[in-house]
Amino acid sequence: MTGKSALAYDRDVGDVFKAIADPTRRALLDELMMRDEQTLFELCSRLAMKHDLTPSRQAVSQHLDVLEQAGLLRTERRGRYKLHTIDTGPLAQIAERWPPRKDTP
Amino acid sequence: MKLQTVSIFVDDQQRALDFYTSTLGFTVTADVPLGEHRWLTVRLGDSAAATEVSLEPKAHPAAVAFADALLEDGIPYCVLGVDDIEREHARLAAAGVVFTQPPTDVGPVIVAVFDDTCGNLLQLAQVKDGAAS
Repeated sequence: MTGKSALAYDRDVGDVFKAIADPTRRALLDELMMRDEQTLFELCSRLAMKHDLTPSRQAVSQHLDVLEQAGLLRTERRGRYKLHTIDTGPLAQIAERWPPRKDTP
Repeated sequence: MKLQTVSIFVDDQQRALDFYTSTLGFTVTADVPLGEHRWLTVRLGDSAAATEVSLEPKAHPAAVAFADALLEDGIPYCVLGVDDIEREHARLAAAGVVFTQPPTDVGPVIVAVFDDTCGNLLQLAQVKDGAAS
């Protein structure tokens, strides 16, 4: 975990902002929070049923690549399937850079 | 006209026969030696009206690429309807079946996805009470 966080900190913070700027990718992060190790098929069903979003599988796959490049997602091959798990580590740097201020009304 | 037979490409016909009969509860309707492979069909239930499933050897290279691509993305090859998905999930999981997706409520149906041990994923689906089937 420590190793992964350090890695995430080395990334350009711009990648993280770009990744979460898109509403479909934010919906993907919402659904990735529900359960670790999801397949592309499960994520597509969740987008369709819970967010009324029906992009093509290729488009979802590209969104997942962007999230992975920003360090917000890890993929793992288990046997013959590819599984996706969220990593919220890179989001922590946003709160660390601009922490909530207690004297803010 | 009726849908008589559909095919599923399997890595190994004997392993498929064991899994589809012993684990899933299909019965054999034909098992005919055909050289290196077999014409092997199974169906669910006793009704002759039930669609047969041919457990086809994955001999064609395109079938291998097709099945592997679906498997990688977690896409099930076909759907098995069940009355009580939680019970089936518990039964199959206890029998060692690997699920890529546990029972998940997706609105009108609850679905789950498991590995048939022969290079395919199959989906369980339970239509919720009151939802149109």
